[in-house]
Amino acid sequence: MNDMTPVAKMTPKDWETDQEVRWCPGCGDYAILKAVQRTLPEIGARPESTVFVSGIGCSSRFPYYVESYGFHTIHGRAPAVATGVKLANPELDVWIITGDGDALSIGGNHTMHILRRNLDCQILLFNNEIYGLTKGQYSPTSREGTRSPSTPFGSVDRPAKPAAFALGSGARFVARGFDVSKNLPDVLKAAYAHKGAAFVEIFQNCIVYNKDVFADFTEKKNADDGQLWLENGKPMLFGKGAKGIALDREALTLKVVDVVDGDWQAADVIVHDVTNRSVAHMLVEMPFGSFPMALGVLYDDPAPSFESAVVAQNEQAAKGKTPDLQKLVSQGQTWTVGSGAETDAAEAGSAGSGPEL
Amino acid sequence: MASVAPLSPPIDPADDQSLESVVVRFAGDSGDGMQLTGGQFTLSTALAGNDLATFPDFPAEIRAPQGTLFGVSAFQINFGSTDITTAGDAPDVLVAMNPAALKTNVKDLKPGGLIIADEGEFNDRNLAKAKYEANPLTDGSLAQWQLLSLNISQLTLDSVKPFGLGNKEALRCKNMWTLGLALWMFDRDRQPIVAWLKAKFAKAPELADANIAALDAGHAYGETAEISGEGLGLKQHHVPSAAVPSGLYRTVTGAEAISLGLVAGTQLAGLPMFFGGYPITPASAILHHLSRLKEYGVTTFQAEDEIAAIASAIGASYAGSLGITSSSGPGIALKGEAIGLAIMTELPLVIVNSQRGGPSTGLPTKTEQSDLYQAVYGRNGDAPMPVIAARSPADAFECAIEACRIAVQYMTPVMLLTDGYIANAAEPWKVPDMATFAPFPVTFMDTAQEGGFLPYARDEKLKRPWVKPGTPGLMHRIGGIEKGVNTGHIEYSPANHQAMTDIRQNKVLGIADSLPDQDVSLGTDSGKLVVVGWGSTFGPIHQAVRRARAKGRDVSHVHIRHIWPLPKNLGTLLKGYEKIIVPEMNTGQLKTVLRDQYLVDAKPLNKVSGQPFRIAEIEAAIEDALK
Ligand code: SF4
Repeated sequence: MNDMTPVAKMTPKDWETDQEVRWCPGCGDYAILKAVQRTLPEIGARPESTVFVSGIGCSSRFPYYVESYGFHTIHGRAPAVATGVKLANPELDVWIITGDGDALSIGGNHTMHILRRNLDCQILLFNNEIYGLTKGQYSPTSREGTRSPSTPFGSVDRPAKPAAFALGSGARFVARGFDVSKNLPDVLKAAYAHKGAAFVEIFQNCIVYNKDVFADFTEKKNADDGQLWLENGKPMLFGKGAKGIALDREALTLKVVDVVDGDWQAADVIVHDVTNRSVAHMLVEMPFGSFPMALGVLYDDPAPSFESAVVAQNEQAAKGKTPDLQKLVSQGQTWTVGSGAETDAAEAGSAGSGPEL
Repeated sequence: MASVAPLSPPIDPADDQSLESVVVRFAGDSGDGMQLTGGQFTLSTALAGNDLATFPDFPAEIRAPQGTLFGVSAFQINFGSTDITTAGDAPDVLVAMNPAALKTNVKDLKPGGLIIADEGEFNDRNLAKAKYEANPLTDGSLAQWQLLSLNISQLTLDSVKPFGLGNKEALRCKNMWTLGLALWMFDRDRQPIVAWLKAKFAKAPELADANIAALDAGHAYGETAEISGEGLGLKQHHVPSAAVPSGLYRTVTGAEAISLGLVAGTQLAGLPMFFGGYPITPASAILHHLSRLKEYGVTTFQAEDEIAAIASAIGASYAGSLGITSSSGPGIALKGEAIGLAIMTELPLVIVNSQRGGPSTGLPTKTEQSDLYQAVYGRNGDAPMPVIAARSPADAFECAIEACRIAVQYMTPVMLLTDGYIANAAEPWKVPDMATFAPFPVTFMDTAQEGGFLPYARDEKLKRPWVKPGTPGLMHRIGGIEKGVNTGHIEYSPANHQAMTDIRQNKVLGIADSLPDQDVSLGTDSGKLVVVGWGSTFGPIHQAVRRARAKGRDVSHVHIRHIWPLPKNLGTLLKGYEKIIVPEMNTGQLKTVLRDQYLVDAKPLNKVSGQPFRIAEIEAAIEDALK
């Protein structure tokens, strides 16, 4: 929709606004903002045709800091607002910024439906396993036993798993990254390249209320054994190539296997196929601890997007019909009252009165 | 088989079979097709040139158990040669297809009115279900009315025999037999209904034929009974055409009129329409109608819930369509927070509320006007929003256009109030000449103001600019956090919040500058008494005032379309009357607003039975007030 006059290549700086960033110093949100600002010029995005839509929470302040169109909506409803934006103008690039409380608690319903409909957009869920903006209550992704102002004796409910929720809702793209990861821009690029709803769970460190809760795999010293970076067509290796993920054919689950001398084939390590939905289901359910954290693009198998289906149907239904307001209001069963108060049936169209039960 | 005295008043006061107006109610089991019968009778009546008004009244249950009292579905029509504005108080004719229908409706029938009952359904089982101890058709309990007891079930079975339908299917044609008889009674043309049946059953011609045969048989029954002089009391009545302005007419329900008005409104604004809806009674019909009108730039979206319905509409407005959402009271409650967002971000939006009985789930299929407070006041914070109320199905068309106009000209959400009665009721509508509606095209801002772009700068109406994403150079961020004056940046300072609250308030109050003066629907612009109404009470108020004035009473009728802001002259107008009564189907909501705004002694007249006002009720209140 933009005219095609060549434009100077943009830099991350071009995507910064003059607004003072108001996250706590050291918050993981800063790194994610930088990763996004680094990604946008690389994918050739244009500020005027980019819209960031967010809900409520620390992460949802994000749109104020990106030099594009932005809509900071209400708690949990960003997917619904974004759906309206995209249906009204399918040519816009729509990014949704949300958090664990916003997307999975108050807005869980909308998250499910935007994924099942497959609206073309990127959904970045900043998962910090806590309610930051309201000062530290446990969230739907907090681990059992999380002590917080509202759970002084520890939370007793079982946490939601964002990636599993997304896949279960019918998502056609599920990826994971974390705030300070150097791979995050690549994950974002893959999400942008996917036509349809692209769901990205980004582990984010809330240094004030839930500090280092992901350190077991995000910290450098834990990276080798804690991170499984998935690449399409590549074996699922981690631990400097000494370990891999294989299928336990008896139990129909995944298992960690040792790889001797780099011979991953001998160890039956799975080659990642991003279109394999069954394996994706296993990857999102892989318990961290006995397994590494699966990161990168877990699943990517495009299907027709919602807005394109709506547009196609609208066009089909309108085909060959010329809009004519006068004709429209004159439809149905009509009759003419002449000056002599005479009456006759003009057009026996479809009967319009009375609800049919 | 039938026994009845000849027809006498009130159905035929002059005994010349020529009537000014007649009220007929069809009542039966919800499976008996009474709404269809009523709908088709309405059409034929409109085609005969009568003015008319209808009142469909059906149970909340989709398939209520057969024969039960709560499963009764009724359709009332008032038609005549005069100006008809209500569905009528008491029926002259009641068609009762089973004991339950008789039981729940007969008490409304005028003394001396005619009952046509299907005696074939008055068996022990059905009598027990309707909680009758004895058969009312034979025990003399209906003596104050005329009774025409026919075995409609058997007559129908006989008439469709040649078509080889099963018993159950054959009995389904009962409503057409009854309609045939009713058409004969009022000298109506069967042809449009024959055409309609053929179209409806195009894929099953044997069903079309059977239904047409039943229709013809009912009609022939009336004819034969009269000619043979069997003393059945059946006579044909002539209701002359109403003297209405010449032109092209159609029947329209409120839901249709709103849908058409919204399409017209968006077209006049030069915008595509985005309609986000979620199924709810009685508002769903609007979603259904609009979903078929794609060629008018309409996108309909059935959202996952009421909140998503409005949130998507807000998103669409942000992106340059006119966002519209529609619901009923409980759904509007869910939309409350999002309405606040539209007010804060100053985006155009139309919210249609087809009111129903409340609170909570309340009475889904019954009518009420009890969401006025919700419309005017029902949000957190100081959140002013214009509110318009339609008075009738036909009026809803213009109201919908007006809602679109205000939304885009002031960058504000607008609530359009209608109700279950208006949504479902049908009335004749003089097809408007669309050339007489002035377009109000929207201009999006595409270049920055002099001195730099300010997304919250104001024009003389206090409207902020509408900038579509996709516009180069005007990127900006909006949201629900308080906005800085002009800049639209996040701004929490006390002075700024005061200023922005004042701006939002003054912008909405300023809409009154664009509104016509409040007129007097009937009567004089000062005097002893004024009856002030809004919404669907128009009909009964109008008729009651007309009758009272005919008796020489000094009473006028003022009907308010613009509930918020109120028309500028309303206060002065109301102060010109000694007394004010405000009939409402709630516990006194407009009354409170009028008292608050004008310090006038407005007296309430309230009814919350789920049924519209009867003319007589308002007439009595007028007499009372003038005592
Ligand atoms: S509270 Fe936590 S998530 Fe919120 S800004 Fe501070 S560090 Fe970041």
